Amino acid sequence: MSHKHPVTTPRKSATFDDYTLSEIRRAAATGIYDIRGSGAKRKVPHFDDLLFLGASMSRYPLEGYREKCETAVTLGTRFAKKPIELKIPITIAGMSFGSLSGPAKEALGRGATIAGTSTTTGDGGMTEEERGHSQTLVYQYLPSRYGMNPRDLKRADAIEIVIGQGAKPGGGGMLLGQKISDRVAHMRNLPKGIDQRSACRHPDWTGPDDLEIKIQELREITDWQKPIFIKVGGARPYYDVALAVKAGADVIVLDGMQGGTAATQEVFIEHVGQPTLACIRPAVKALQDMGMHRKVQLIVSGGIRNGADVAKALALGADAVSIGTAALVAIGDNDPKWEEDYNALGTTAGAYDDWHEGRDPAGITTQDADLMKRVDPIAAGRRLANYLKVMTLEAQTIARACGKNHVHNLEPEDLCALNIEAAAMAGVPLAGTSWIPGQGGF
Amino acid sequence: MPVFDLATTELRDLNASLHALDKDGGNEEFEVTNPRGAHAVAVGIDAPVNVQIKGSVGYYCAGMNETANITVHGNAGPGVAENMMSGKVVIKGDASQYAGATAHGGLLVIEGNASSRCGISMKGIDIVVKGNIGHMSAFMAQSGNLVVLGDAGDALGDSLYEARLFVRGTVKSLGADCIKKDMRPEHIEILAKLLSDAGITDVKPEEFTRYGSARQLYNFNIDNADAY
Amino acid sequence: MCGIVGLFLKDKSLEPQLGALLSEMLVTMTDRGPDSAGIAIYGTDQNNLAKLTIQSPEPETDFAGLTDELRAAGIANASILPKSTHAVITVGADQIDATRAALAELRPNIRVMGTGNVMEIYKEVGLPKDVVERFKITDMSGTHGIGHTRMATESAVTTLGAHPFSTGSDQCLVHNGSLSNHNNLRRELSHQGIRMETENDSEVAAAYLTGEMAKGKNLGEALTSALDDLDGFFTFVVGTKSGFGVVRDPIACKPAVMAETDAYVAFGSEYRALVNLPGIEDARVWEPEPATVYFWEH
Repeated sequence: MSHKHPVTTPRKSATFDDYTLSEIRRAAATGIYDIRGSGAKRKVPHFDDLLFLGASMSRYPLEGYREKCETAVTLGTRFAKKPIELKIPITIAGMSFGSLSGPAKEALGRGATIAGTSTTTGDGGMTEEERGHSQTLVYQYLPSRYGMNPRDLKRADAIEIVIGQGAKPGGGGMLLGQKISDRVAHMRNLPKGIDQRSACRHPDWTGPDDLEIKIQELREITDWQKPIFIKVGGARPYYDVALAVKAGADVIVLDGMQGGTAATQEVFIEHVGQPTLACIRPAVKALQDMGMHRKVQLIVSGGIRNGADVAKALALGADAVSIGTAALVAIGDNDPKWEEDYNALGTTAGAYDDWHEGRDPAGITTQDADLMKRVDPIAAGRRLANYLKVMTLEAQTIARACGKNHVHNLEPEDLCALNIEAAAMAGVPLAGTSWIPGQGGF
Repeated sequence: MPVFDLATTELRDLNASLHALDKDGGNEEFEVTNPRGAHAVAVGIDAPVNVQIKGSVGYYCAGMNETANITVHGNAGPGVAENMMSGKVVIKGDASQYAGATAHGGLLVIEGNASSRCGISMKGIDIVVKGNIGHMSAFMAQSGNLVVLGDAGDALGDSLYEARLFVRGTVKSLGADCIKKDMRPEHIEILAKLLSDAGITDVKPEEFTRYGSARQLYNFNIDNADAY
Repeated sequence: MCGIVGLFLKDKSLEPQLGALLSEMLVTMTDRGPDSAGIAIYGTDQNNLAKLTIQSPEPETDFAGLTDELRAAGIANASILPKSTHAVITVGADQIDATRAALAELRPNIRVMGTGNVMEIYKEVGLPKDVVERFKITDMSGTHGIGHTRMATESAVTTLGAHPFSTGSDQCLVHNGSLSNHNNLRRELSHQGIRMETENDSEVAAAYLTGEMAKGKNLGEALTSALDDLDGFFTFVVGTKSGFGVVRDPIACKPAVMAETDAYVAFGSEYRALVNLPGIEDARVWEPEPATVYFWEH
């Protein structure tokens, strides 16, 4: 039947888009907030909005091979008797045994060790696999204190006090019953199969003045040997970094909103915490204002994907970066070869983020004995080492093109921005101009 | 007997000496004088030493203690015996906030009062308090026993897991998912042993009321949303 | 984030030592606050006289000849006692407002730290031992006093950002913690005409209390209202002409230790702050309960 008049094209709402409509329906059906893993998925200003200038008439590049571009970094020079020496400025971020399987943690340890860098434990404590296979292991100290004990503290290479993480600044750990297996329950001292409730503040201190005393205690327990890191999400980076320095940190880890989590509320991930790009310059400025840049090292995480991201973070003033999501992808997370299994779960490779359900087809974010077998720790470790190698080579390529013999010699002045937001956030000029929004220029 | 006078000796030297002890050694005696509220006194010990601290300490005394016997002849600041694994810590006076926080084992005896958040996040420690305890005690307490001869403050056992709470006096209010429970013979036995270990002979287990988790928050249910 | 100390003397014979005792308590708390420090001392009530404690970034030029100019402006009996970057101007008891107005005209760079019959406030950027030395606090006597050493959280490290904050005659406040609704409150209080100089959350708390007392509440009632109207984490120690008050928020995570003997009531963020007080070995030492107002008055 034909219409008398022309009708408009059906138009969906940008505000009430398909995803939003489906979420409203889901909320109405279940009465519970949506929980998922990974970091912020929506597009925000990021490193892709920055470009390096490279070599020119005034700057001369370094040749490959003979003209070295160094990548080593030392963490924890401020107070620790035994700082950590890394071959590359890329570390593996804290991810818990519990949210990840044992073989996955082993793979991360193996890969990091081949590459000459560190891994980090997560909420739930240190496993033998990880300590055994990871040459340099950072031990997280979290509000929950699951599995925390002095023996692991003393055999760690560094201690990372977690104030928050980029996905959920102000949220605690979350692990649902499906993943609280016998082993996890034993490590965390919880009944099997319950939904773990999370503490979001540390149980025995609140505030940087009392954190200072807690750090003193941890140093006394470990005879002042180990670097103490403080990890914060992307909340108030200038003040957070200043306070971390005043509380006595050796190293600060700053995690932007793209940083992943195993599980938390979707609204927390997408609507709390700043993009990684927005956090770096304020953090570095705080260090510079206190005369602590390069003396208290800064590690940046949250959406680091390739050597260009590494180089840009370093150019903006970071000492190193940390990868979480990218490391999981390297060892097999969201691989299209499991597409049938993803479809059976109602999703597709690249979109799968219901890691809290413990049914990960890739066998990484699960405690299921059969699924876990899909990760061969040795092969996966090799893949991670390959990926770290590529990122390092990429960063070196860029640094050489900018005339640097060490990746730490990259500077903000080596960069320009493709749009105004990135220019303002990173504090570098808009391409083609000398204008940094907020700082004058033309 | 080694005596460390903290008025003239660095805290670092005290803790380093305690850390240098042989884990399989005998029960050496150490004395610490003039602590005057210092923090991190006698932390991270992992040998069966007896440490007598003559005076009041600041934060985190006996933190992460393993196998040592530590006595504070005075008051203790926040976080005494935090994350203790085993051993015994006795506070002759009062303890401040977070006493025994997140500790996995051992026995903490407080002869005076404990302040707020006593036994917060406890993971297996036994705590015996002769006096009262403050608000938010046994918050998210996972396992272990908390015994209180006096009264408890507001929100006892909020978000409780499997820890057992025994209170002889009154409880100002109970926290989410914490309820009164029956005392059965096995609880009387546990309590009798704890009182004996703490050197308390003038009260009986039958005088206590047991509190534990209602276990309604163990798996998320929309009808319990108000409890969060 | 910070260290707080307070001392209220019951025994008059200790009054000459008030400054010395309070200074030692404050210096012990240095680790908690490396950025700036301040002390308020409540001294003797000189009948019919009042004081303004002022601060200048250029004290030599600003304080020179100031009393002559004030007298010329009608403040008949103005006298001045300079102390480094601060000075105490003494005037007739009913001339505080007129003096403020005159100062604003004659020396726009000068800031008024506090006013009242008996209160003097000294605060500066720097470590407690330096601040105490600069203003010769150890020589001062008084009936009660409070002190604070600051670790700045979300606002700048400046002289004005230091505590104690005063927004009323003989009234001041120090704060350990972090408020979370101070920006909204600041806007409301400004709208009511209450003046604040900084972006500091603690200054908002002081202004709030002053506002409540201006409505007729006494300090205890104002502190009780604060428990409802202020959000966040706080331990407050407040001073008024005759008294000294303590209140902690309902969650009460920030530390607070009190000691009482027949001679004094003392407050410290840590027990360490109290260890050198006379008779501390036999003092009653306790921690204030959350959401409870404590007050001692002469």
